[in-house]
Amino acid sequence: MNVTAEQVIFLAFAVPLVAAAIGVVVARSPMYAAMSLVGAFFCLAGVYVLLTAHLIAFLQILVYAGAVMVLFLFVIMLLSLGGEGQQLDRLKQLQWLGFVLGGGGLMALLAWISREVAGAEMAAVGPDFGTIKAVGRALFTTYLLPFEATSLLLTVAIVGAVVVAKEKI
Amino acid sequence: MVPVQWYLLLAAVLFGVGLVGVLIKRNALIVMMCIELMLNAANLTFLAFARQQGNIGGHAIAFFVIAVAAAEAAVGLAIVIAIYRTTGSVNVDDVRELREEG
Amino acid sequence: MLSSPQRKPFSPRAVLVITLAVGVLLFGALFTGILVLTAAIKPVMIAAFLRQVVGVDPATWPHTTLVTWVSMAITALILLTFGAVISGATVWWEMRVSARMQSRIGYNRAGAGGFLQWIADAVKLLFKEDLIPAEADQLLFRVAPYFVMTGFALTFVALPFGEGLVAADLNVGIFYMVAVTALVVVGILLAGWSSNSKWALFGGMRAAAQVVSYEIPAGIAIMVPVLMAGTLSMQGIIRAQGAWPWQWFVFTNPAATVAFLIFFISQLAEGNRTPFDLPEADSELVAGYLSEYSGFRFALFFLVEFGNLWVMAAVLTTLFLGGWQIPWVSAADWTAARGALGDLPGAGWWGLQLLSMLVMVLKTLVVLNVIVWIRWTLPRIRIDQMMNLCWKYLVPFAFAAFVFTLLWQVLLARVPLLATFTGFIMTGLFVAMAALFGRQVKANIAASGDHVDLTNW
Repeated sequence: MNVTAEQVIFLAFAVPLVAAAIGVVVARSPMYAAMSLVGAFFCLAGVYVLLTAHLIAFLQILVYAGAVMVLFLFVIMLLSLGGEGQQLDRLKQLQWLGFVLGGGGLMALLAWISREVAGAEMAAVGPDFGTIKAVGRALFTTYLLPFEATSLLLTVAIVGAVVVAKEKI
Repeated sequence: MVPVQWYLLLAAVLFGVGLVGVLIKRNALIVMMCIELMLNAANLTFLAFARQQGNIGGHAIAFFVIAVAAAEAAVGLAIVIAIYRTTGSVNVDDVRELREEG
Repeated sequence: MLSSPQRKPFSPRAVLVITLAVGVLLFGALFTGILVLTAAIKPVMIAAFLRQVVGVDPATWPHTTLVTWVSMAITALILLTFGAVISGATVWWEMRVSARMQSRIGYNRAGAGGFLQWIADAVKLLFKEDLIPAEADQLLFRVAPYFVMTGFALTFVALPFGEGLVAADLNVGIFYMVAVTALVVVGILLAGWSSNSKWALFGGMRAAAQVVSYEIPAGIAIMVPVLMAGTLSMQGIIRAQGAWPWQWFVFTNPAATVAFLIFFISQLAEGNRTPFDLPEADSELVAGYLSEYSGFRFALFFLVEFGNLWVMAAVLTTLFLGGWQIPWVSAADWTAARGALGDLPGAGWWGLQLLSMLVMVLKTLVVLNVIVWIRWTLPRIRIDQMMNLCWKYLVPFAFAAFVFTLLWQVLLARVPLLATFTGFIMTGLFVAMAALFGRQVKANIAASGDHVDLTNW
């Protein structure tokens, strides 16, 4: 099999991505987990660019790295949990069970994908694919109702977050 | 050209890592981070299939997933803060007020 | 008494000559580099260069990719250097202006007018010991400045300097700018947390709350010029405006004026500039998230903070103030000057590019100067006032401006002359306000028995 430049770039993003994702799970403190997650999101944005999803790639950086992760870091600092090490866990056996079940599910998924989806060809797409124009057109025609529903959801989320987190209103 | 299979395998690995994290981690914040990982794995699958089929719909769905994930993070973190305020801990095992004794 | 070996001081004339030489050479070299390289790294230009100057066929020549990559690397290096140098020069300008405003002398030792002071400061910071507090989180403390620096350096990719002078004209240009500056706040939070100091932690948390809040009005305000131009590309937004003030977005639509003010205020807040310098408020938090930093890492934070002023001013110029548009030069003139697309452009095109860069740089410097004025005029606001301003005033007004612009664009489609009409009225109002401002300043100076003296530099 010939290795193309695109595949090299894919691996250059995918390998750190998986490493960062594992870092989230094995990190000793929430702060390091959050930093690994930021790294993972940036690598993922790179993979999205390879998939010609430019708009989603920048959204990924803007929303995740810019807003969601800042929120996570803010809460970690607010509750001063950052330096806290991993607590001794009582449910050791259940955790092992979780690890085995999760890992087993992953293996089954990997095996299924390698068997079923092998050899599927990428469609040829125009230069327009994945730009803000194309995605915007889809959003405001076919997906108009879900789009409006999302705005409602976000409003509910804002109000809900304020109500839940504020001590007295 | 990177075959679509690679992207799907990557998404599966991400999802699996996130799943394992949700199952074995007891810190509510890290559990939420692992949920974010799983949502992103789903997004990657949508985008990979959108690219493979040449259908922009996958991008629209990815857009919605990002919006929902942001809402989830906001509300989830607010709940974490509320829990921390009442129990003084963010360990998911400490939240067992409603559990039957025994 | 020991006699220290005294160096004979330079004569004032020699100092002036040296300072001018350094200034002109440094900025001349940087701007020339940007002019030539940002225009030249487009694939068409490289192909034309290889064909006409080197005399090889770019399609078959084995080193075409190499040339492309090397020129891109040099461009990146020059843009990074430009960011650092402009940040130093901004510090100098800010100190001179603030000294004037407070009747002090200000920088006047290194070089004429103290112009070389920023070089001396940079050298001093580089040679200082790089202290890391024993209780700090070693790794995160070390990487935090690089996050900040990366977020700053990445903005130069899409920042326009002239008609063809942008490293990459992304179709999501302004969106990209907003996205990469998010890295800066991640770095600030990391710095605040990893220092393991109460001042730094408070500073970091304030910065997070402030930047995340002000991103919302800034984002909505950006949508106003985007709606008017119909594109997110930085160059596209400039091309949708004209060269004269009454053709700028800020004056052609009343809502855009509001959006301009909202965006300006939000940018001040996101750049942690006074009156929004709560994250590093020296009188309450020592230096906020910067407290524990020294040496090179401190220099990086400082560089980004002042370099950001240029980015801010350039983005404001791009979105609202007509960017690099030159009077009497239309899009057709640009195409005519460019000549055949496969050839290297002629001297006329390069001249036009130089002129457009001059216009852009001048406008940017004027906006930058206003930002400096504001810092030394307004006192710091309280944190509750900061939050109130954002959520109770800027966000609703930004939404209102957004909705008004939607209706305005519908109206403009029917009555295209309305834009010109509004443009003239708004420009007139602005000129009148500027004249009143000037008159008041003059009256104030006269009333205090002072006089304007620009000779004692």
